[in-house]
Amino acid sequence: MTVPRGEIFGFLGPNGAGKTTAVKLLLGLLAPTSGEAWVLGQPAGNLGTRRRIGYLPELFRYQSWLSAREVLAMHCELAPLPRSTWKEEIDRTLTTVGLAERGRDRVGTFSKGMQQRLGLGVALLGKPDLVFLDEPTSALDPVGRHDVRGIIRELAARGTAVFLNSHLLSEVEQVCDRVAVVDHGRVIAGGTMQELLTGSAVRVLVTGLTADGHSSLESFGPMDVEGEQITFTKLSADRVPELVSEMVKLGGRVFEVVPRHQTLEDRFLQLLDED
Amino acid sequence: MPALPPVLVIARLTVQEASRRRLLLALVILTLIVVGISAWGFYKISTVTGPNGKPPSHEEVIIVSSQLLIFVTFVYSGVLALSAAVVAGPLISNEVESGLILSILARPVRRSEIVIGKWLGLAILVTIYAVGSAALEMTAVDWATTYVPPHPVELIIYVGLEGLALLSLGLLLSTRLSGITGGVIALVAWLMAWIGGIVGDIGTGLQNEAVQDVGIVSRLILPTDGLWRGAINAMEPDVILAQLRGAGAFARANPFAALDPPPVAFLLWVAVWFSLILFLSIWSFRTREI
Repeated sequence: MTVPRGEIFGFLGPNGAGKTTAVKLLLGLLAPTSGEAWVLGQPAGNLGTRRRIGYLPELFRYQSWLSAREVLAMHCELAPLPRSTWKEEIDRTLTTVGLAERGRDRVGTFSKGMQQRLGLGVALLGKPDLVFLDEPTSALDPVGRHDVRGIIRELAARGTAVFLNSHLLSEVEQVCDRVAVVDHGRVIAGGTMQELLTGSAVRVLVTGLTADGHSSLESFGPMDVEGEQITFTKLSADRVPELVSEMVKLGGRVFEVVPRHQTLEDRFLQLLDED
Repeated sequence: MPALPPVLVIARLTVQEASRRRLLLALVILTLIVVGISAWGFYKISTVTGPNGKPPSHEEVIIVSSQLLIFVTFVYSGVLALSAAVVAGPLISNEVESGLILSILARPVRRSEIVIGKWLGLAILVTIYAVGSAALEMTAVDWATTYVPPHPVELIIYVGLEGLALLSLGLLLSTRLSGITGGVIALVAWLMAWIGGIVGDIGTGLQNEAVQDVGIVSRLILPTDGLWRGAINAMEPDVILAQLRGAGAFARANPFAALDPPPVAFLLWVAVWFSLILFLSIWSFRTREI
């Protein structure tokens, strides 16, 4: 698995699949039991490489007794960035993450969303070559999520590689160039969005089907049943008449048939089902 | 101006946290109150009248003041040990549990630099408190009774080292255990070391080697009691030391008396002990999964 410069890479998987562990391994926060990884041309965990990496952890917490500016200054010092650039760097970062008005306030007074914005700012300091964002919008409102998508696109545009861990599949679908799906610690699928979302799906609104009737429909591929709505996540459009006819035979009353392109969520569920 | 090395950044952050969380302010206020009350108490020693209606002689004032100062210093060293253990206990564990350490470790910072930086920051605070509070108390006692301990510098060094030992133990425990657990273990260890020292003294008094060894072993595991005895010795006036020596071996079985300063071998062991604990802390934190 390789993530090139300037790419937005989505790393997906269910809870406990190993996404955060993978990021920690790449950063050198955990030691691998086997295998090897390279980050920016150096073995994972290399101390010098960390100068060129930004990281927003999933569990983000910053010193509540410091102001946002002081937190950023501390990271400028640890990065380390030349002292003469700190002020400009901090001003630019606070503006980018929408905290320009709150820079002198203590972090302890910040909402969770504002702390996540600050965390994103910490990750952006010093124009890193690679940024790891672990669930970067988990605490943000829709406006915040929109802002973060914009920031991620800007990062990629200036050549920064973005490694994005997220549960929000719609968000990943909107920003990522490529994704990998991980489950039980191994990658089960990967590629560009086009490569991954090859199939089409069909959503049917149907009543009157029994449990046996649902079982009889399994020959049409994997399905996601939500009450009277059934989504066939891997069904081509030319089999739709056959499907409707079978449903009617099984005593079903079909109200709506909507063929649609497969979403990342459909594909994600399908992959986990197959795994 | 070049950026500070990470060790100093972490040390500064530790001092800053104690200051912003008003720990320093609370300690300063409490110390001033205690010094004020004890100064009043020491002043009363020289003015109070006995059954014969006369105030005590200068020699009596000195003897009573020296023993009272030993007790007051014991309480001070207890406060210092308690503060060091309570502050050091959660120093690393809280930051690991909250995730605060993650963004710092993602920078080009070694884990050893975090451990040393935190130790250094807290050591600065413990030293400032030990020097400041002891100097203030001795000044107050001098004003009230004209008594000054025979070896004030040694007294401050021994009390400060006792606080630093507890801080080091608390920090080591903090690399693996939660803040509350580490703090409690450090405090219990301090009490056990004190009791172990008393048992050893009783062994000396009874001239029983096995019981005596309890004290030696406890001082090797945690040297706080040995350092405390050094502080007592620095406070004992010659007249008291002469009386204790005259009383024979039994005079040694007293937790508030020390006839001799700590031997050089013990002081060398203290230096080794500090290095060992710091090394273990670094190794423990380095091998911990974050």
